[in-house]
This record gives sequence, C-alpha cells and structure tokens, in this order.
Amino acid sequence: KNEISPFGVDFEILVSLVYIKALLCSVAADIISTVEFNSTGELLATGDKGGRVVVFQREQESKNQPHRRGEYNVYSTFQSHEPEFDYLKSLEIEEKINKIRWLPQQNAAYFLLSTNDKTVKLWKISERDKRPEGYNLKDEDGRIRDPTTITTLRVPVLQPMDLMVEATPRRVFSNAHTYHINSISVNSDYETFMSTDDLRINLWNLEITNRSFNIVDIKPANMEELTEVITAAEFHPHQCNTFVYSSSKGSIRLCDMRASALCDNHSKFFEEPEDPSNRSFFSEIISSISDVKFSHSGRYLMTRDYLTVKVWDLNMESKPLETYQVHDYLRSKLCSLYENDCIFDKFECVWNGSDSVIMTGSYNNFFRMFDRNTKRDVTLEASRENSKPRAILKPRKVCVGGKRRKDEISVDSLDFSKKIIHTAWHPSENIIAVAATNNLYIFQDKVN
Amino acid sequence: MAGADSDDSLYPIAVLIDELRNEDVQLRLNSIKKLSTIALALGVERTRTELLPFLTDTIYDEDEVLLALAEQLGNFTMLVGGPEYVHCLLPPLESLATVEETVVRDKAVESLRKISHEHSPVDLEVHFEPLVKRLASGDWFTSRTSACGLFSVCYPRVSSTVKAEIRQHFRTLCSDDTPMVRRAAASKLGEFAKVLELEYVKSDIISLFTALASDEQDSVRLLAVEAGVSIATLLPQEDLEALVMPTLRQAAEDKSWRVRYMVADKFSDLQKAVGPEITKNDLVPAFQNLLKDCEAEVRAAAANKVKEFCENLPEDSRETIIMTHILPCVKELVSDTNQHVKSALASVIMGLSTILGKDNTIEHLLPLFLAQLKDECPEVRLNIISNLDCVNEVIGIRQLSQSLLPAIVELAEDAKWRVRLAIIEYMPLLAGQLGVEFFDEKLNSLCMAWLVDHVYAIREAATCNLMKLVEKFGAEWAQNTIVPKVLGMANDPNYLHRMTTLFCINALSEVCGQEITTKHMLPVVFKMSNDQVANVRFNVAKSLQKIGPVLDSNCLQTEVKPVLEKLASDQDMDVKYFAQEAITIVFCSE
Repeated sequence: KNEISPFGVDFEILVSLVYIKALLCSVAADIISTVEFNSTGELLATGDKGGRVVVFQREQESKNQPHRRGEYNVYSTFQSHEPEFDYLKSLEIEEKINKIRWLPQQNAAYFLLSTNDKTVKLWKISERDKRPEGYNLKDEDGRIRDPTTITTLRVPVLQPMDLMVEATPRRVFSNAHTYHINSISVNSDYETFMSTDDLRINLWNLEITNRSFNIVDIKPANMEELTEVITAAEFHPHQCNTFVYSSSKGSIRLCDMRASALCDNHSKFFEEPEDPSNRSFFSEIISSISDVKFSHSGRYLMTRDYLTVKVWDLNMESKPLETYQVHDYLRSKLCSLYENDCIFDKFECVWNGSDSVIMTGSYNNFFRMFDRNTKRDVTLEASRENSKPRAILKPRKVCVGGKRRKDEISVDSLDFSKKIIHTAWHPSENIIAVAATNNLYIFQDKVN
Repeated sequence: MAGADSDDSLYPIAVLIDELRNEDVQLRLNSIKKLSTIALALGVERTRTELLPFLTDTIYDEDEVLLALAEQLGNFTMLVGGPEYVHCLLPPLESLATVEETVVRDKAVESLRKISHEHSPVDLEVHFEPLVKRLASGDWFTSRTSACGLFSVCYPRVSSTVKAEIRQHFRTLCSDDTPMVRRAAASKLGEFAKVLELEYVKSDIISLFTALASDEQDSVRLLAVEAGVSIATLLPQEDLEALVMPTLRQAAEDKSWRVRYMVADKFSDLQKAVGPEITKNDLVPAFQNLLKDCEAEVRAAAANKVKEFCENLPEDSRETIIMTHILPCVKELVSDTNQHVKSALASVIMGLSTILGKDNTIEHLLPLFLAQLKDECPEVRLNIISNLDCVNEVIGIRQLSQSLLPAIVELAEDAKWRVRLAIIEYMPLLAGQLGVEFFDEKLNSLCMAWLVDHVYAIREAATCNLMKLVEKFGAEWAQNTIVPKVLGMANDPNYLHRMTTLFCINALSEVCGQEITTKHMLPVVFKMSNDQVANVRFNVAKSLQKIGPVLDSNCLQTEVKPVLEKLASDQDMDVKYFAQEAITIVFCSE
C-alpha cells in the first residue's frame, strides 16, 4: 500500500520537513478543535470552536507549477453546529466541533461525520457545475410573462456554470448522549459508526437516526461510586467486530462485538503496572489517556497520556511495546500545570501512513515525532515567524539542566498557552497538518 | 381567439414545468408527481429529446423528489412512445441508481427491473445489459450495489454468451473490495440463483455462497444465511448435504452472535427448504444450541420460532423429538435470566399444546404455563394470557383458572397503565372462554373498578370493554349486572366519574337496544342535564346526539328535544355549542 521504506528512510521526514503554509483562521472563535484527512488525503477537514467545518482540497498537480503540489486550499466552509440550549436541564450546548470523521467515498460526493458534545451530523459535500435555464412564465430577466402569450411549452435546459461546492446536512444523530461526546469512529463495515461519551458508547447505523444501540455502559448505579470515565474509543481498521476504548485510569479495553450484544465485558485489558517510585499526587491525572489510535495495519495501538506516547501490541496486554517521552521535562512543573489547568489538556496522537513514525503535540507550539525503527526523535515548531516557506524546519531543543546552550530554550520560558493538541498525517504521503490555536500549518517532505 | 384557447390548456402545464425548479421542495415534489401530465402535454418526441435529458441531470435534488422521480420513471414507457423507445428511460434511472441515498437507489433499481420486462430481447442486449455492466464496473460502490439487483431480471432473456458475462460480473461483485457491494451481492444471491440453470447453481453459486458465508465482515456473513435458504430450495435433496449443509452448519455456530441470530430468525424457512430428513439429523441439534445460546438476542429469536419449528417437524417423529429434544430446552427458557427471551417464549409456547395433545399438555406444558403466569415480568404474563385460546381448545381453560385469576388481578392492578390497558383488551376474550358465571363471580368487579381508574385511557378502554362484554353475554345480562352499577355512578361526587356514566351509555345504548336505553338510561341522562359542572352538561348533549338513533321518534320529539333546547340556552358557551350541534344532527338530518 505504501512505498515508504520500512527502515531508516522514514527518518528523513524528521529532519527534512518543509513549511508549506499556514492556513489562516484569525477570529477568536476559530480555534481549531479537530483536524482530519480523508482516506485518499485529497481533502483535509478542520472543525473549530465556532461550530464551523472548513474543508481544504489539495492542489492538483500542474506542469508549470510543480511545487504547488501539496498545497491545500479552501474547498468548502460550512456551519456544522449551532449553539443550543437544553431547556430541560438548563444547559448550554456548545457548538464546538469535537471530532470529524470522513466516510469512505461512495459516489462523486464526499461525506463526513462531525460532532459536538451531543449531536453527530452527517454532511455531504458535493460539486455542481450545471444549472437549469429557461422558464415558461418568466423571461430571461425574471420578468413575469403575460400568460396569454404562451403558445409553446419550454423544457428547461441545463447549462454549464462556475463550479459550486455545497455542503448539505444528510442525517442528524441526536438525543442519545447524556454526557459529552468525545469520539466518533466509523466501522470497517461502512454501515455503522459509534459515538462515545464519558460513560457510554452507542452504535448507530449510518442510515438510521432514530435508534442507536448502547454497547458499553460504565455508569455505576450510584454516581458517587464513579471512579473512571471513558476518554476515547475507536474501531479496528479492518475487523468490524473489534473496538477499543481508553479510560481516565490509563487502561485500554478491547471488546469483541461478536461475543454479545452488550460489550460491558472486555476481551482484552491493556494496562501498565504503575511504578511505585514515581507515585505522586498527580500520578492518576497524568496517566489518564487522552487519545487512542489503531495503527493502519491494525496490529498496534497507540495511546497518549500527559507525558508519554505508548505503543501497544494487541497481543501483549501486560505492558506497552514502546514508550516515548513527549516532554518529560514537565515532570517537575506538574504543580504549576495543575494550577493553570494545563495538566488536563487532551493531546492527540497520529501514525504516519506506514505506522513507522508517530507524531504528537506539546506546548510552545512544539510538536514531536518519533521514528519507531531508529528510535530517534525530533521536536519541531509550528510558527509563522520562525519558518520561511519551503525552508527546512529546524529542530528545537528544550534545556533541562542549568546551563542553556545557544539554540536551546529553557523550560521556564515555554509558553503554555500555545499548545498543539490536534495533528493529522496524510494517509500515504509525508504531509502533516498541525493545528496551533487558530492556525493550521501544513508541512511536507522536502523530496516532494 | 384560437391562440387564447391554447393558452388555457398550456398554462397549467407551463406552471408545472416551471415548478420542477421551484425553491419550495413541496412544489417540486408536486410537479414531479405530475410528471406524466407534463410528458403527455409535451408528446412522446419532446419527452424523449427534452424532458428526459433534463431529468437525467437533476440528481442534485432532495431525496424525496428523487424518490418520486425514480418511481414515476418506472411507469413511463407509454409516455416515451411504448416498448420500442423504453430504453430512453435508462439514462435518468442510471444516474438515480448511483445516488448515495439507499431508498432512492432501491427505487431506481425497482423501476429498472420493471421496465426491463418491457424491453424486447434485442433491446435488452443492446441497451439494458450494457447499462448493467456499466453499473457493475462503476468507480463508486453505489453503482455497483445497484447492479447487483439487476442481473436476475436480464439473465433469463439474453443469449448464452451474454449469460456467461453476467455470471462473471456477479462473481466479481461477490468479491468486491467494499463490504457494501458484497452485502448487496449476498442479499441478491438467492434471487440470482433462482434464474440460473441448475448446473451453474452447483458450479458457480455454491462457491460464491461458501465464500460470502465465510466473509470477514459479520454483516456479509449474516446476509449469506438468507441466500443459503433460497439456494437450498433449488437443489435436489441429494445435493443438499454436500453443497449447502456444511456452510449452514458453520453459520449456526458462527462466532458472531448476529450471524447466529440470523440463522435463528430464518429457522422456519430453512427447515422447509432442507426437508424432513436433514431437519431430523441436523436442524434439531442446531435448534437446541440456538435455544441455549449465550447471547440473549439469539435465544429470543430462537424462542420465537419454537412453535413453528415444532409444527413443521415430520409427523412420524414429531412428538418424540419435541418431548426428548425441544421441551427440555423450553423448560430452561421459562426461567431464563432475560425477560425478552421469556416473553418471546410466552408468545408462542401455548401453541405447543395443539401439537402435543391433551395428556402431554396437562403433564408437561401446564406447569410451564403456570410458571409463566407467575413471572415477575408483566409482559410474560400478558403474552400467556393473550394466547389462552390455543390451550382452551385442547384442555379447556378451567385447568388454568386457579392460577389465571391471581395473574389477571395482578396485571389489572399493575402500576403501569399500559399494562392495565393491555389486560383490558383481553377481557372480552377471557370472558368468552371462562363463561358468564366465572366472570360474574371473579372478574366483574375488576371491570367496574377500571371505570374509575385515574388514567383516562383506562377509563375509555373500560367503557369499550363493557360494550364488548354485552355483545358476548347479551342485553339481559347487561341489564342485571352492569347497567345498574354504571347508572349508579351518575350520583358520584367526582364529576369525572359522572362523565364516565355518560361515556358508558354512549357505548352501551346500541348493544343494549331501545328498551333498556329508553327505560333505564335516558332518565339518568336527563337528570344529568342539570349537573352543576358544565363538562357534564355538554357531554349530556353529546350523549343525546349519540343515542338518538336508538330512540323512537316520539320519544325524541317529546322528551329529548326539550332537554336539548334547554341546554341550547345554557349560560356556558360550550354547552350551547354542543346542544345546538346535537339538535342539528338529530332533528335536521331526518
């Protein structure tokens, strides 16, 4: 499927990423809240705090401007969710888009699911390049004709027009979640998807909006006994019956939908025993899993907690295969991160197309990449000021000891308000999208 | 003037055509639904050259408009010039067959199937079959799924070379990359098998069936089950064992409960398809396993089939199989942990008594019925009660009455009004089976108690119940037992109860007949016309209107009319209104 060589060469991407462009979004409400490539990578969608979805389309290759290949430009923008008010519970429902998932393409149109805290919507994005012309009762300028002058019937004729991209809501999946939806995931049977909130997972048929099946429910009979919430869930990329969900206690459960209709009993339980020497007041908070992703091959799972990214082999439940430190230097700063609430940030993580490199975000507009084969890693910065178009990104270093070298930045001068939570990797090429508050940065492999 | 004449007839059509593109969906929909009118006005020539090309490109519309269009085009043959030109309808239907909305696509396929019969054999090969091929090899899976439904209609009418191509295309779609196409192929496999020559069923279909039944996607495998049933009906008995049974056996033990559920759900069809011998050897153990399945959904589906399965067992060994193999499983299900399983069983278990006969029913089934009548879940009890008639025929209901009564009383007083409502609906049936004496003794008071229930729906159902009881037991019984009680309620301090009297009178007057109505009921109604609550008074007016037809005209003129006239000058607006309405209907319609 993928031509990237399995060893060594992937590291190229770590050192040769070039800055393509920052796609502008500058209103405060436009803080990007999710980024997602479609299955071919031709389209890239972002959702933002204002309930808007922006879809970018990749520039077609053209002979005279070969370098423009890889540039993404706005294809369609639409308001997916509006702020609402739940009168029964006196609760405001934010319009913020929590997740976007593309559906496999089924005809010339594109389909995506977007969700806020409560409602999932299915959108169709389609093109139109013809419009009908000619009326019987009006003339070309729209003036009403005298009915007595009509002597023949005119059938409208379709004429070419400028390409128009329209987004239409096709289905609304609502009223199934009491708590906030944190994930949606489309099944490999292309027929169903699941939506997950803090305590429950529901399974929907893409064509049926008035009914969903509850497949996981961890709500205790007495809410005071609540010790754990679901933080994310995802379907296996190929096995239609398998899905995983992660919890705030740092564990991952794998469930098999073949076994029974209700999946409250997991079939696998992944958890790393806690190291007693590292135990502190913050242990539980920082072990909460903020994102879980299956590898494209379906063999591995990647989880992100506050300080690390872990890769698990589905066949080994006792401990992760690999653990990568994202920003271990923050371990000494947990107290202040707790005070400014940063410790609750929910960083996401992504695989590259061949599952050999993983990427996740950090603070100060830094993001991290880890090569699983060479075990090398790099810290890069998404910034408009510090990068020139088409220039190779310079690796950044955070200084941990007392002596700071010239090109290093000290832990104390990191800007914790600039966080990179959401990133996306093109499904087959080395193109990445990094959301830094209200900017979307696109980087790609220099080779291209 | 001639010009003006033609305008008159053209104008409505011109409006219809323009409204095909109106911004209001409803207007577009109306226009599409009158597409035949437009086509008729345009004539066959212009319909073919102008209207259809326009329609081919209007697939941007709302689903409901596209759905209506797809349906219309299936009946359009005459409007394009008859069977000779029917192929002109293919382009618009082809584009509709690729839209993403399943209902539209299905309708387009349905219309395509319909007009395929209107193609001459030559046109079928020249126009229709290429369309099927185009769809089958389309880039998007929507078109390929649509193709799956078209093979079976063209296959029987084409030459053998084209037949070979069609089989090839179907094979390709059965191993398509996307599960949607494989699902579509699996669901049409049985239908396609039916039109194939037997040799190809054996060579082609069986291997496709086997492949689909072991697909990696649960959703494909479960559709293969249904195909397996159809295929089994086509094959001679001697081939079944080797060609179909291994796969079906595997499906009954599939790892995924959804596949096993499908097997349970289709079990009766399967049983009919494979015949008595295989049923005895294979299906009985398989059915036992399904009844003991670890997933409640599967057990419930299997429990639903218990009666049908037993009924269709070969007569010579039916009783033995039921007694030794099925009944032990059924006994376990009676105390299942899942209430849906129990209630599924309760809805069919009574049917076994006719199959097993009196002695077995008393010895083996009766204890189960009694256990279910005491079940904690009201639905289970209700299902047993609602099927009492089957037992009644075999052993008589008296055997059950000891346990029946407490069960009925408990349901009648259930905290959920829907449960109470459900049991009321079975009351006439029960009364018929238990007889007047038993009813008067045990159930009459329940029926009267419902009349003063605090939920309106129950009171309403209770009045209707009384009417049905009178139909069963006759007017004389009514006069002696229920009419006095109903009329007694007219003096109740609660006006809602007083109104119930009126509602009962409305329901009972006709079945009780003129005499009882005039003698006993009417005076009470008249008395209530002086009630201090306006709601009661206007219901008096309504009641008089209702019972008017039962009374003789003398009584109407001399007694009813003055009362209504008095009410018509009531202070209350509503009372006036209904009294006037009653006067108009009772006296002016004559």
